[in-house]
Amino acid sequence: MTAPVSIENVSKTFGHFTALDSVSLDIRAGEFIVLLGPSGCGKTTLLSILGGFLSPSSGRVVIGENDMTFVTPSKRPTTTMFQDYALFPHMRLSDNVGFGLRMRGLGKAERDEKALGFLDLVGLKASAGKRPHELSGGQRQRVALARALAVDPEVLLLDEPLGALDLKLRRQMQDELKAIQKRVGTTFVHVTHDQEEAMAIADRIVVMNQGRIEDFGPPSQIYMRPRSLFSAGFMGEVNFVPGRVKTADAACAEVETSLGSLALPAANFTAAAPKAGDAITLTIRPEHFRGADKSGEPMFALGDAKVAGSAFFGTHYRCHLQPCASDGDALVAHLPQSAEVRDGEIVPLAVRAADVVALPAASGTL
Amino acid sequence: MTATTLEDADRRKAWGFAAPALLWTLAFFVVPFLFMAAMSLWKREGREIVRVWNLDNYVRFFSENALLQGLVNSLEITVIVTVLSVLLAYPLAWIIAERVPKRFQRMALILAILPFWTSYVVRSYSWLLVLSKNGVINQMLTGVGLIAEPLEIASTRTATVIGFVHFFVMLLTLTIYSNLIQLSPNYRRAAADLGANAFQTFWHVILPLTLPGIMTGAFLTFVLCIGDYVTPQILGGNNELVLPQIIMLQLGRRADFPMAAALSIILMLAVTIAYVACARWLKIERA
Amino acid sequence: MLRRVFVSGLSWAYLALVYAFIFLPVAVLVLFSFQDGRLPVPPFNGFSTQWYEAVFADRKLMAALGNSMLVAISSSVVSCVLGFLAAYSLARYKLPGSALQRGLLIAPMTVSYLIIALGLLSLLNALHMPLSLLTVGIGHVVINLPLCFAIIYASMGDHQINIERAARDLGANDFKVMALVTAPMLMPSILAAFFLSVTFSWDEFIIAFLLSRFDVTLPVEIWSMLRSGLNPKTNAIGSLVFLASVALLLILEFSLFGRTKKQ
Repeated sequence: MTAPVSIENVSKTFGHFTALDSVSLDIRAGEFIVLLGPSGCGKTTLLSILGGFLSPSSGRVVIGENDMTFVTPSKRPTTTMFQDYALFPHMRLSDNVGFGLRMRGLGKAERDEKALGFLDLVGLKASAGKRPHELSGGQRQRVALARALAVDPEVLLLDEPLGALDLKLRRQMQDELKAIQKRVGTTFVHVTHDQEEAMAIADRIVVMNQGRIEDFGPPSQIYMRPRSLFSAGFMGEVNFVPGRVKTADAACAEVETSLGSLALPAANFTAAAPKAGDAITLTIRPEHFRGADKSGEPMFALGDAKVAGSAFFGTHYRCHLQPCASDGDALVAHLPQSAEVRDGEIVPLAVRAADVVALPAASGTL
Repeated sequence: MTATTLEDADRRKAWGFAAPALLWTLAFFVVPFLFMAAMSLWKREGREIVRVWNLDNYVRFFSENALLQGLVNSLEITVIVTVLSVLLAYPLAWIIAERVPKRFQRMALILAILPFWTSYVVRSYSWLLVLSKNGVINQMLTGVGLIAEPLEIASTRTATVIGFVHFFVMLLTLTIYSNLIQLSPNYRRAAADLGANAFQTFWHVILPLTLPGIMTGAFLTFVLCIGDYVTPQILGGNNELVLPQIIMLQLGRRADFPMAAALSIILMLAVTIAYVACARWLKIERA
Repeated sequence: MLRRVFVSGLSWAYLALVYAFIFLPVAVLVLFSFQDGRLPVPPFNGFSTQWYEAVFADRKLMAALGNSMLVAISSSVVSCVLGFLAAYSLARYKLPGSALQRGLLIAPMTVSYLIIALGLLSLLNALHMPLSLLTVGIGHVVINLPLCFAIIYASMGDHQINIERAARDLGANDFKVMALVTAPMLMPSILAAFFLSVTFSWDEFIIAFLLSRFDVTLPVEIWSMLRSGLNPKTNAIGSLVFLASVALLLILEFSLFGRTKKQ
C-alpha cells in the first residue's frame, strides 16, 4: 500500500523551545523522501509527529484522505523503523516480523508464512528461528525493515536507521533500501544527517534547519540549485563569495564581487529575483572552478589565484587558493587528477555562468 | 472526535496505571499513619480511647523514667550494633573481594549470608541455644574448666547485641562487598604508582570510595535494628526493655493505643534524624 | 615476604573466625534438631528424627505453613503487579509530580514494620474490621510494594522505550505492550522482585503477629512455640524452613540467574 502525506502548518513547541516552526510539506504516494539536517533541526520531531508519537502544537497531518493529527501510532497506516532497531529481544525473528500481524488478529500459521516471506525479502529467511542478539548490526537492521513492512503500511518512517552501521555496510544498505522501496512501492520518509546518504536514496530531499524547511527538491536540484545558504552549505562543500547587484533586468543581472564582475542569468537567483543594490552571496562548488579556457562555453574569468595548499583525493586535487586580486577568504577548488599542482603556483580561475547560484546575503554573520 | 492530543491521552493512561499502587499506599500506609499520629494526641481512660486533643502521652514519655530509658536503651544498642557490625563486616568483605580467588568469591559470599535464610524468629532462638545457661558456650567453657559457674549471657544486653550483630554482619558484608568490587583496580595501581603504601592506599583511596556503601548499609542497620521487637524480646528478655518492647507492652495488657502511637512517632523521629544525618551519602536511583 | 605470609595468614584466620560466628547458631540449631532427648543443648544424646515426625504431625504448625505460603505468594503477586504497573507508568510517561509519586511509593521502606503494623491495626480497630490472613496480606503488600516497584523501576532502561514504541506502532495497545513486550523483557527483575518479596513475607513476624487473629502464619506459630522454652521441635521446624529456603535459593541461583547471566 502507499499513500500521499500532507503536512499543513505544523508547529511543535517544548516549553519555550520551538522544535518545528510552521512546517508544510506535500509528499506524493510512493515517494522516497529524505528529511536532512543537522541534529536539533526538527527532523526527528517531524518524523515522530508523522508516526503519532508526538502530537503537533498546531497544524494538521493528513495521510491519504484522513486527518491523522491526533490518531495513536497503533491506528495509523504508518510504521516506524527505529534508529536502534527496537527488535523484541525475547522473540525469534519470525515472531518479531509477525508481531504486527498478530496484533491484527492473524492466526499463527498465516502470520508465520507472511513473516517468512518478508524475511525472504530482506535475505534472512534462513535465520527465522534465531533471536535478535544472534545477529549482526546489518542483519538486525534488515529484520527491523521486514517487521515494519510486514503490516503493509501506507507510509514507512525511518529514523536514522543506518546511523549505527559502518560506512561500507551503510552504502550497501542504502542500495538495498532503495531497491526494496521500489519493489513494495510504499511511501518512505527517511531521516538522516548524512547528505551523501540523502542523495543516494532520495527521490526528493527536505533540507531542515532550526525547525524550518530550508529547501525541498530532487537531489540534483538541491545540490546544483540550492535555495538557501544553509542548504548550499549543508549539501557538500561550497565557496561563498559576497557581492552586490549593480543592475538587474528580467533576464540578467550584473553582479560585482571582489573577484570581478559577472553577468548572471536571472534564473541563477534561486531564492529571490535580483534587484539593483541587493547584497547577495554567490555560491560556487569547488569542482566548478576551471582552468582558464574551455572552448565554446560562456565562462567568467575570476583572475589569478595562488595555490596555498593542496591534497590529492583520488578523483581530484583539493586545493586552497588565495585570489591574487583580493585579500578576502581563500577558495577551495577541485582541480583534475591530471593537473600538476604545486604550492605557490599561480593558476588562472574561471567558472561557468550556469554553475554560479546567487542567494540573498545572510542577514547576520555567516 | 474531540481534539485531545496524544500527550493528554497518554497522561490519562499513565495515571490509570500508577493509580492502584498509589491508592494502595495511600489507603494502607499514609492514612493509617496519619490516623496513628492523630491517635498519639488522644488518651486512654479505662478501656476507652477519648478523642480529646492533648500532649499527655508525650509529656509522660519525657517525665516517666521507664519510658525514656527505653529510647536510651534502643539508641545505645543500635549504635553499638551498627558500629560493631561495620567493624566486623568490612574486613570480611575486603578479604572476600581481595584475597579469595575470583571464581570462589560468589560462593564465599553466598556462604557468608546463608544463615540469612533461617526464619527471623528462629535465628534469635538459635542464639538462645548457644548463649543460655545450659547452652553450648557455657557447657563448653565449664567442660574445659575455664569457668566454674555458667555465665549469664542470655537475657542481657550482650545477647541482644550478639543476635543483632550476627544478622547485620551478613547484611553489611553484602553491601560493602558489592561496593568494593565495583572499584576499578586502577585506583589502587594509581595510588601505588604515586608512592602510597598499602595502608595509605586504603586510608586515602579505598575507604573514601566505599564510604557511600558503608553509610547505606549502616543506615539500613540502624532502621532495622531500632525498630525490631523480636531479637531483644527473645535474647534480651525483660530486664532491659527497648522502645519496641515498650510499645508492644502498651498494646498487650494495657491496651493503651494512644501511648503506643506516641512511642511509635518518637521511634520514627529517631529514624528520621538518622536519615537526615546520613542523607547526603544515601542514594536511591534508577540505573 | 614474611610480612606477606603473616598478613595472608591473618586474613584467612579472620575469615574462618567470622564464618564460625555466622554459622555457629545455625549449626547448633540443625544439630540439635536431631537430638534424642527433650533438650536441644549439649550433650548430644544420639541421632533421632522424632522431632521432625512431631513437626509433621502438628496440625497447627502445618496449617500455619500453608497460611504462610498463601500469604507470601498472593501478597507478592499483588505487590509485583501493582509495582510493575506503577513502574511502567512512571518510567514511560511524563507525569506531573512524578518525583513525589516515586517518593510516596518508596516511603514505606523507610518506616519500621512495627509502626506500619501499628498504624494499620489502629485503623482496622477503629473501623471495627476483623483481623484475618487478609489483613496480614494487606500489610505485607504495603512493605513489599516499595521493594517490587524499586526493583522493576530500576530495570526499566531508556533503551527499551523504542522497543515498546515499536510494539505500539505495530498495533499493540498498552496491555498488550506490557504483557507481550515489557514484562517478558524485564522478566529477570520481575522474578527477582517476586522471590525477594516472597522471602520477606514468608519471614515477616511483627505485622503477621499484630494483624492476625485465629489463622496465623508460620513465624507467629513458631513464636508461640517459644513460650515453652528450648524445645527440639522448634529446632526441627527451624531447620526445615532453613533447608527449604537454601534449596530454593540454590535452584534459583543455578537456573534462573545462571541463565540471565549468559544472555
